[in-house]
Amino acid sequence: MGVDKTQNRKKKTALVYGVNFLLTALLFLLFTVLISSGSLSRLQSNLVILVCINVLMAVSLNLVTGVLGQLVLGHAGFMLVGAYTAALFTKSSGLPLEVALPIGLLLAGLVAAVFSVVIGIPALRLRGDYLAIITLGFGEIIRVVANNLDFIGGAQGLSGIPSPDKLTLFLYSSVLVILAVFLMFTFGRSRHGRAVISIREDEIAAESSGVNTTYYKLMAFVLAAFLAGIAGGLYAHHVGMVDPSKYDFNRSVEFLIMVVLGGMGSITGSIISATVLTILPQMLTDFDRYRMLIYSIILIVVMLFRPTGLLGRYEISVTGLAGKLRDRIKGRSRKKEEV
Amino acid sequence: MSFISQVLNGLGLGSIYALVALGYSMVYGIVQLINFAHGDIIMVGGYMVYLVLVVLGLPLWVAVLVSILVCAAVGILMEKLAYHRLLTKGSPRISLLITAIGVSIFLQNAFMLMFNSDPKSVPTLITRETLDLAGQSISITTLINIAVSVVMMVLLYLLVNRTKVGKAMQATSEDAGAAKLMGINTNRIITLTFAVGSALAAVGALLYCNAYPQISPTMGNLFGLKAFVAAVLGGIGSIPGAMIGGYLLGVAEILTKAYISSDFTDAVVFGILIVVLMVKPAGIMGKYRKEKV
Repeated sequence: MGVDKTQNRKKKTALVYGVNFLLTALLFLLFTVLISSGSLSRLQSNLVILVCINVLMAVSLNLVTGVLGQLVLGHAGFMLVGAYTAALFTKSSGLPLEVALPIGLLLAGLVAAVFSVVIGIPALRLRGDYLAIITLGFGEIIRVVANNLDFIGGAQGLSGIPSPDKLTLFLYSSVLVILAVFLMFTFGRSRHGRAVISIREDEIAAESSGVNTTYYKLMAFVLAAFLAGIAGGLYAHHVGMVDPSKYDFNRSVEFLIMVVLGGMGSITGSIISATVLTILPQMLTDFDRYRMLIYSIILIVVMLFRPTGLLGRYEISVTGLAGKLRDRIKGRSRKKEEV
Repeated sequence: MSFISQVLNGLGLGSIYALVALGYSMVYGIVQLINFAHGDIIMVGGYMVYLVLVVLGLPLWVAVLVSILVCAAVGILMEKLAYHRLLTKGSPRISLLITAIGVSIFLQNAFMLMFNSDPKSVPTLITRETLDLAGQSISITTLINIAVSVVMMVLLYLLVNRTKVGKAMQATSEDAGAAKLMGINTNRIITLTFAVGSALAAVGALLYCNAYPQISPTMGNLFGLKAFVAAVLGGIGSIPGAMIGGYLLGVAEILTKAYISSDFTDAVVFGILIVVLMVKPAGIMGKYRKEKV
């Protein structure tokens, strides 16, 4: 009986992985064909890439804010660091773009991670909300410093970044998003992930159970900053320039809204809300003036009435939905038999 | 300018930080919440001064009264509408912080829509002349700032230590549950704390308008952040600590501006925060509190 059950579960896991892999591959192929054949307009393919970048940002922020339960208010600051790093590397390394871009993106992630270690250690050693304030300060000040450094362009920003064609950029960003989402799912179920979750649930209890809280808090934070740095590098090559004023506090708040609205701790929730909140403002340009006002009201109302976000910690799963549907149909037919 | 007059200028700026830091510190002491929207209360106060003096053309004392009353009202509304439900339900801290961020963005954008986003200039409130004192040129604004902040500090000290309400505040901050059992209406005390903190921020806003001629909807962002650093530096939750932190931060900022570079003052303030958190996280006047499990 016991062996049967574990075998059954193994079969089920294999099925879930298989279905998810197939769906992701299909979606990926669909967009690749659409972009390479030119069926999507330039604007639309730009939007697809932007969705990928924002999903990357939201999913990484979700790791700290949703899974670890610490507020980060300077995620755009890490993005800015990554953007400058990748752009400076591809611009000045002299290597062909096909070689320079992956190295530049990796460097972008690493440099952002180094910054996160420097500001994470003092803030995360302590219990309390210091990470929120220290990341808020970081996000504001990194922008001011970038504005005043001449070798990266000062207030005008860095322009003339070599930009690959849309298909290459899409391949890069989508593959990175898929990897990041996969990493998040597996991390959440790993020993490290469970340690991080235990800190969210009760830091004192976690510490007294032998979890090295500072280490795991820092691990989640650095991983998030690493991904944000990569996203920044992608964004810089997507736009072709780095304008420090684009990475301000409001930008960080937009990513926070994506996480909060989707559900803190829900990866699928972050993906959905990042997608919706990227596409929606592009369609409703008239409401740009009121966007931040509406966002702030959404934040307050969601926190008051559904503090875990719309999806909470629930993950949408295709196989789960299919299973429910099957059960319902079966249940109905059984009812008919009874009648 | 000589070193001494630079230090005095720093104390003048620090007085404003100190008044704002007091609000952060009081609220944190009572509900353990970093009220991100507190910085934006200065902005509200600044716009009230602009509204009364420039738009309506009324005398200065009306502006003082209106900005203090409106800020206190905004503080109370903020607590009642946004935080109250979360505080009484014992929600996780992160929900409170996210709400505070929401309130801060709401205030900024509401004022941006009402007054549009370009900076507005405020007329001189009292005077911006300088005085010659023993060979040092000192602006009168600096002296006013220091005097007002010291008076406010003394008043607050008397309120907290010499009145019944102040005793209730101390009790609530020490142990809210026990305070409730002793018959203290803790909800009222929390509301009062928000009101007093916001009124102090309004006084800070008046001093700010007197010293710097420009206000904008986002001015509270960085200013509030620095005042919070001052509160942490002095020891969050401690009233004299907030004052000392404010003065030290003001002096540090002005000296950096004078002797290093004005571009990097914000980075220096931020560096101070990191050093404090590394070396003495409880701040200068703060005490370590043991956590009860």
